[in-house]
Amino acid sequence: MSLTRPGLWAAALLLALSLGTLAAVAWRAEWAGGLGAADWAAIRFTLTQALVSAALSVGLAVPVARALARRAFPGRAVLVTLLGAPFILPVVVAVMGLLAVFGRRGLVSDALATFGLPPIDIYGFEGVVLAHVFFNLPLATRMLLQGWLAIPSERFRLAESLGAPVGRLLEWPMVRATAPGAFLVIFLICLSSFAVALILGGGPRATTVELAIYQAVRFDFDLGRAALLALVQFGLCALVAAVAFRVALPDGLGGGLDRVVRRRDGVPLLDAAWIGAAALFLLVPLGAVVLAGVAGLVDLPGSIWAASLRSLGVALVATALAMTLALVLALRPGAGVSLAGVLPLAASPLVVGTGLFVLLYPFVSPGRVALAVTALVNAMMAVPFAVRILAPAVAQAEATYGRLADGLGLAGWQRLRLLLLPRLRRPLGFAAGLAAALSMGDLGVITLFAGSDKATLPLEMYRLMGSYRSDAAAGAGLLLFGLSLGLFWLFDRGGRIGADT
Amino acid sequence: MRTTATIAGLMLATTASAETLTIYTYDSFVPEWGPGPAVAAAFEAQCGCEIEFVAAGDGAALLSRLRLEGARTEADIVLGLDSNLVAQARETGLFAPHGVEADFDLPVAWDDDTFLPFDWGYFAFVSSADTEAPANFRELAESDLSIAIQDPRSSTPGLGLVLWVEQAYGEEAGEVWQGLADNVLTVTPGWSEAYGLFLEGEADAVLSYTTSPAYHAIAEEDDSKVAWAFDEGHYLQIEVVAMVEGTDQPELAQDFMAFVATDGFQSVIPTTNWMYPAVTPAEGLPEGFGELVQPETALLYPPQEAAEVREDAIATWRDALAQ
Amino acid sequence: MLTLEGLLIEQGDFRLAADLTVGPGVVALMGPSGAGKSTLLAAIGGFIDVTGRVLVRGEDVTALPPARRPVATLFQDNNLFPHLSIAQNVGLGISPRRLRAGDRARVDDVLARVGLEGLGARKPGALSGGQQSRAALARALVQDRPVVLLDEPFSALGPGLKAEMLDLARDVLAADGRLMLMVTHDPADAERVAGEVLLVLDGEVTGPHDRAALLADPPPALRAYLGPA
Repeated sequence: MSLTRPGLWAAALLLALSLGTLAAVAWRAEWAGGLGAADWAAIRFTLTQALVSAALSVGLAVPVARALARRAFPGRAVLVTLLGAPFILPVVVAVMGLLAVFGRRGLVSDALATFGLPPIDIYGFEGVVLAHVFFNLPLATRMLLQGWLAIPSERFRLAESLGAPVGRLLEWPMVRATAPGAFLVIFLICLSSFAVALILGGGPRATTVELAIYQAVRFDFDLGRAALLALVQFGLCALVAAVAFRVALPDGLGGGLDRVVRRRDGVPLLDAAWIGAAALFLLVPLGAVVLAGVAGLVDLPGSIWAASLRSLGVALVATALAMTLALVLALRPGAGVSLAGVLPLAASPLVVGTGLFVLLYPFVSPGRVALAVTALVNAMMAVPFAVRILAPAVAQAEATYGRLADGLGLAGWQRLRLLLLPRLRRPLGFAAGLAAALSMGDLGVITLFAGSDKATLPLEMYRLMGSYRSDAAAGAGLLLFGLSLGLFWLFDRGGRIGADT
Repeated sequence: MRTTATIAGLMLATTASAETLTIYTYDSFVPEWGPGPAVAAAFEAQCGCEIEFVAAGDGAALLSRLRLEGARTEADIVLGLDSNLVAQARETGLFAPHGVEADFDLPVAWDDDTFLPFDWGYFAFVSSADTEAPANFRELAESDLSIAIQDPRSSTPGLGLVLWVEQAYGEEAGEVWQGLADNVLTVTPGWSEAYGLFLEGEADAVLSYTTSPAYHAIAEEDDSKVAWAFDEGHYLQIEVVAMVEGTDQPELAQDFMAFVATDGFQSVIPTTNWMYPAVTPAEGLPEGFGELVQPETALLYPPQEAAEVREDAIATWRDALAQ
Repeated sequence: MLTLEGLLIEQGDFRLAADLTVGPGVVALMGPSGAGKSTLLAAIGGFIDVTGRVLVRGEDVTALPPARRPVATLFQDNNLFPHLSIAQNVGLGISPRRLRAGDRARVDDVLARVGLEGLGARKPGALSGGQQSRAALARALVQDRPVVLLDEPFSALGPGLKAEMLDLARDVLAADGRLMLMVTHDPADAERVAGEVLLVLDGEVTGPHDRAALLADPPPALRAYLGPA
């Protein structure tokens, strides 16, 4: 068995899921007309908010990651793990957490009120950007932190002993190499944002392309327009991807961020301020989510447990799928494969779901495959992240042990079993944790396919919200948060225990 | 292997048996706290069949799923389309006349041989009782009150609100929306998010239903929520059920349509769906519904007109709020 | 034993030519830094593409991938997979598949021969540097190839330990009519174990030279490299 052929199959599957579903939607469409002025306004808004959100996320992540890279303090490992939490939180839960801090009745406004100041108003462009930074700052920080830790400590010592400027000599080239990739990923995540933009956007000015797609599919049943808009989204993705790939490629977002390079440069107080500010910004809203949910735990309906089990099942299947796809893609680096690894980020979940529906409906009852399709789409959405985590680790294992393995005739499955999988334990654990948590929290396409009585936990949470039961919904949100974080922790931890370096 | 089998079992639902009536409906109808279980139990007791609910998002998502499936749909009954969606639903040609005669307790005349009302409600702004209530949209526009509303492009209440202003103000709708622009805190994708913002205290009021305070009063024993009565009248939401023409269970489907108008269905609605039943059951409405705001004027575009007005009304809304 | 026939290695500006035959026994590969000693080993091992032919015992192996050549290599470092036990690492020299009882016995046997008796279950990280070198030797030994290439696998060890390992390598690997071709910078190493020397100088591999004669009267370029004796 060659290890390159499965990579091609995986790339083909991802292309089929992203572009193929789009084609299916277009094929089913009755073409009524092109894009209207409102659609173009949505495209402009989407681009602007995604650019600003990505720039701010990456820009703020630089000092935070640098501070984390050079300061050791108790609780650092826990903080780094918790920093991943906003990213895996269901959007509505996270937004409610943000509002508990930055809303009109939030902590900040309360504090202002004690000084007789009016509450802050975050609804509008600022609110959208704030939420996107909340979601993506941790991701950017992790990617950059990885870059910092990839610089061998000897180089810092060398620079120090020479009295050379560490920043210009070592850090800036690393940031230049890492930041564009981080920017690209976050830009793409913000590009397909829907609920955040709408809830915090303050009105129709904050219409994103994804909302326009939603409207086209749900209300107008104008599949042609939906396909066109999805194509525009892919076009924007391709454009930004081309630019970012030209500038540099990221090193990945790997696990194993425990190491701290002891350094004497920088102002400790300033670093502490950056870490403290980032921790407050990210953790206080999470605290609010926990606080709001605790009371609701007693109100949870019995059906929530079955839904939780179902969600766990979906998350595990999605994780296995995502890891398989990402691994075979990582084993076969190349332009086509990296494109396949990015495209899912730009795909509109609604178009993917609708396309799959169109494709599957002639053969199988949608309700029967609801959970399977949900797992598949969740896996697809996790692949870009997993590839980015695994590819550098594969490259490193090959660089270090490739010749030894060649000399011993380790090929195909044997090479995977004896060399790669053991060497990839940590990044595999981290990537699997991320994939599982993302799948757990994603409402996904289940709403399109749902049959009788097959609610997942996020869907159950939305149903509670939709029937006035906001306390129980907050409880379900907390349960979801706990399960997501728990899954992430288990996988991430599992990858580290007993992994020989 | 056992885990694989369990997962496979989770993925594949048990196939429907021959005597199964498949009902497509919206999400909040089916959970254990919704109307679904009680309705199903009552009908199953009488028909000796089985009901299978398929939940497909909200009312709009329900319709788009049906359009995707076309004539091959497995649905026998579609329950939960909103009156504003009826024209588009009719266009699909998927539905058959219901043939049910019933004495509806609706504030407007409803005479449709295909789409049968099963419940209804007035759209209204809901606020805390100690908030000073404006008497109409213009007073609201002049006040400092903040409101959370839903997007008419993704939510049926959002669309209801836009049609409400359109019908109440016609040519002046744009001007009213411009006045309201600074009151609109934000626009959410669906009812749930807006209501959540209101409960969190982010907005002074939220677009919901006159029946919403009944939930808080009955289920939570909390009398602090009220609906504002507007003197220009309140727009109605009528939710309808229809029979699919190509059903493989025509008799069961017909029986179910007749069952909808009976007490077995109608008495479940008020305290599970928190709407008015289309036919008031013999025991009357539950306590708590009596104290609700009773609008003097009921507004509603007939389905065909709603479909025609919709696009312009949304454009008016968007232009006014996008400034 | 090993014949390089019109061999030409080209990598960018770098060129190295070889046309020679060496017999069994221990042969040292010497030459200045950057002359291409490691590259020559990589070419013989099959890790890089060359023109010309590589023959082992008269059989043309040029087209064979590394694992199917009658050649075993001990690299400068990373000779053991850190995640596998010593026995598993050595067992890979026999087959990547699950070993039969007979093969496992052979692994134990070889481990005993290199002085690692009873340490088969340990991971490389739990062994000292010298023990790791012994394990690598054991693996090359079970591979049982007529040609063994040593790319300075003992350079990180102290002088005493290095000498000990070289002796062990000579005794176990170069026995039974095998060729052991070892890169070295140190004339003392060559004197200790090698009978002949291949010289890598100015883009060309020459030899085999008699070790004693060559080191007694080295050519000028080698003399410059070796420094004053």
